[in-house]
Amino acid sequence: MIKDDQQKSLLEVTALTKSFGSARALKGVDFDVRAGEVHCVLGQNGAGKSTLIKVLAGAHQPDSGEIRWNGDVVTISDPIAAIELGIATMYQELDVVDGLTIAENIFLGHEKTRGGFTNLRETAQATRDLMKRLGHADLSPNREVGTLSAANKQIVAMARALSHDVKLMIMDEPSAVLDSEEVNNLFRVVAELKSQGIAIVYISHRLEEITRIGDRISVIKDGASTASGLPVKGSSTKKLISLMTGTDMDHVFPPAVPLASDAPVVLEVSDLSAPGTFSDVSFDLRAGEIIGLAGLVGSGRSEILEAIYGERKPSSGSVKIGGEALKLGSVSAAVDADMGLSPEERKSQGLMLEEPIYRNATLSTFTRFAKGPFLDEQAERAATEEQMKALELRPAEPNRITRTLSGGNQQKIMLARWLIHGTKVLLLDEPTRGVDVGARMEIYALIRKLAAAGTAIVVVSSEIEEVLGLADRVLVIADGRVIAEKPATEITEHGVLDLVMKGSAA
Amino acid sequence: MSEPTTTPTPHDEIEAVAVADENQSTTQPSNSKRFLASGFGRSIGLIVALVVLVIIGAVTAGENFMSVDNLLVILRYASVIGVVSIGMTFVITAGGIDLSVGSVLGLASVVASLGAIQTAASGFWPLMVFVAIAVGVIAGLLNGLIIAYGKVVAFMATLAMLVAARGLAELISQRQTQVVDNSGFLNFFRSDFLGISWVVWIFALVSVLGWLLFNRTTFGRRTVAIGGNATAARLAGVKVRRHTVYLYMLCGATAGIAATMLLSRTTAGTSTHGQLLELDAIAAVVVGGTLLIGGRGTIGGTVLGVMLFATLTNVFTQNNLSSSIQLVAKGIIIVVAVLLQQRFANRETSSK
Repeated sequence: MIKDDQQKSLLEVTALTKSFGSARALKGVDFDVRAGEVHCVLGQNGAGKSTLIKVLAGAHQPDSGEIRWNGDVVTISDPIAAIELGIATMYQELDVVDGLTIAENIFLGHEKTRGGFTNLRETAQATRDLMKRLGHADLSPNREVGTLSAANKQIVAMARALSHDVKLMIMDEPSAVLDSEEVNNLFRVVAELKSQGIAIVYISHRLEEITRIGDRISVIKDGASTASGLPVKGSSTKKLISLMTGTDMDHVFPPAVPLASDAPVVLEVSDLSAPGTFSDVSFDLRAGEIIGLAGLVGSGRSEILEAIYGERKPSSGSVKIGGEALKLGSVSAAVDADMGLSPEERKSQGLMLEEPIYRNATLSTFTRFAKGPFLDEQAERAATEEQMKALELRPAEPNRITRTLSGGNQQKIMLARWLIHGTKVLLLDEPTRGVDVGARMEIYALIRKLAAAGTAIVVVSSEIEEVLGLADRVLVIADGRVIAEKPATEITEHGVLDLVMKGSAA
Repeated sequence: MSEPTTTPTPHDEIEAVAVADENQSTTQPSNSKRFLASGFGRSIGLIVALVVLVIIGAVTAGENFMSVDNLLVILRYASVIGVVSIGMTFVITAGGIDLSVGSVLGLASVVASLGAIQTAASGFWPLMVFVAIAVGVIAGLLNGLIIAYGKVVAFMATLAMLVAARGLAELISQRQTQVVDNSGFLNFFRSDFLGISWVVWIFALVSVLGWLLFNRTTFGRRTVAIGGNATAARLAGVKVRRHTVYLYMLCGATAGIAATMLLSRTTAGTSTHGQLLELDAIAAVVVGGTLLIGGRGTIGGTVLGVMLFATLTNVFTQNNLSSSIQLVAKGIIIVVAVLLQQRFANRETSSK
């Protein structure tokens, strides 16, 4: 283990352990945070990051180990104790109340009162000060939080943390719900907080973010520290990945397979338009080809996907699969024509979380397994198990409840659904959202394998790097228009962003 | 005063037994936990409650309660609510609700017992049954279309039907009680098969068919899928709107069947039939273990829920207790059952 100790620490955690029944979530975590630094905590899903956060936030009590705050040993017995110390936590699921205003949210539970009544003027002023500090003076304290974007809700959650006298802020994957523009803004805010002397524990599994904003890094693998307080400078991506996964990985993206010259066109999209969202979208997709749609959130890329799939009805244009025109605005027609979609929000749009795995895997095919109206669950389980083995989803237990799987494995279930269906055209919206690095590579490899087997694939992702790494051909989308179409090898992330900026300005 | 004080004690027992079950499952995770998470395991609390109720009945009413005749009385009483509750189980599992079943039952009883219909059915009495079912199916079709294609929340759409169907029944019957004199109809429903009333057989048949439909068919799978995650089902190619319409038609059909059963029992069709039946049905379904938010349902649990309430009513009647006390007891049972359900649900999610 690598450690460097020159400066006095604000928070010091030593040999922390925590078990839930027989499961050992933390088996010895060490790390320290200094005032005014951004300390990144890296780890795959299930490595113990969430448990660590909850211990620091006072939601869980550690079994053993020591937590020192400004050099003194402390016990964080409950969330209130954490706040009193000056530790604020921003969870992934933002706990803001949509029906209340920004000001009401920020001072929820510690309202500024005078004689039993809330002091509106003082509250509004304090809110304005906080929002200004976070670089969002434009947001009115009286605005209802439900009308804000995810990024701005995050700002409100941060303002709430700052309304207490916070010295350490823990952010649990704050960028997961943001697009690249919003991530830039988040980073600006983080830098601002840092300059005010606030320490930040930044949890993420996006390595590129960490190298941009982090000062030091600690890595957790299987509940134990594998590195503690590494300086970001000088830590290579390759090294970090091997610390996280325990294996060396040279290539994140699998190599593209050259497309057969006689590969037939399977999907033809012509002049697809929906007023106000996108217009004149046309492209062809051949069997075995992966096409990527790159663009910012709001550019219309997800809407285009939805229109192709029939989830949204375009006002004009056509979609052909294997030369046959598809009935627009009908998802079941698209599925019958062998098209499949893995939606952006896996949990809310893709899976029945309380149901066994096999029922999710066969959601689009259970009628096919059925004998007349009667289900053949045995056959469904067998088909699911076969796919689970092929996708290296262990343990291959089709009866397990889907909720218990990690994000990566849930994504594999979505792929399994369409593999069982035997789709010719697969639409993937954010295929690796909420999936950790190790599982990401597996999913990239699977997508490539599917293409090699002849499936035509459309990928949409807010991570431009992912689109470029996966796709053979890239369509750059801005303001609902395809502004460029290039082979993925002939364009860089910068190139895409340049095009997007120019396209939007025009 | 002695009787009211004896009733609370066994109630505590029900709870105590249920709590003991839970403790056991946490200490021995593997088998007992899996058992408790299974459909039958979840019903164990209900079975225990039913057994306790039977013991109370036997102790307080003795022979009057513990007789075959009384069992048949309970079953006959349970049948009307039971049939409707089977339909309701499907709707609730799919994340919906049907508040109109009571009114639709009243309307179906009025239409099926119209003089013209009874005359037309003089040679072929099942016509009355078909008419009643048709009325239920049409009402369900309307409910379903308004919910699925009009995108009106089920609660409001079926609330509108609750009001409108009752009004329509009053208009058609002119608020008169229509006597059923179709002898074929009455003779059939008064006759027994193997010593058991046809009404009870119909309940049994509907339950068995409902169980098969729910657990063994693609129809049932679609129902659970829509309740579990309607968006996911739609994006996987399930025709969610069409299926939603079918579900309300099915629920309406069960109201129609229940209407004929009530017609035969009361020998009269009236617009007041089935008042508040929707609440009894919903209570039986939810107490039985079907989640009100959808995604999980159990036909067996519904049957047990119906039997629990029917037995409760019988025990109170046998002891000449007022129906007011009975209502209070019903309320307590509903709350306890839902509290237990939530505790099960919480443990399942926290065990991840």
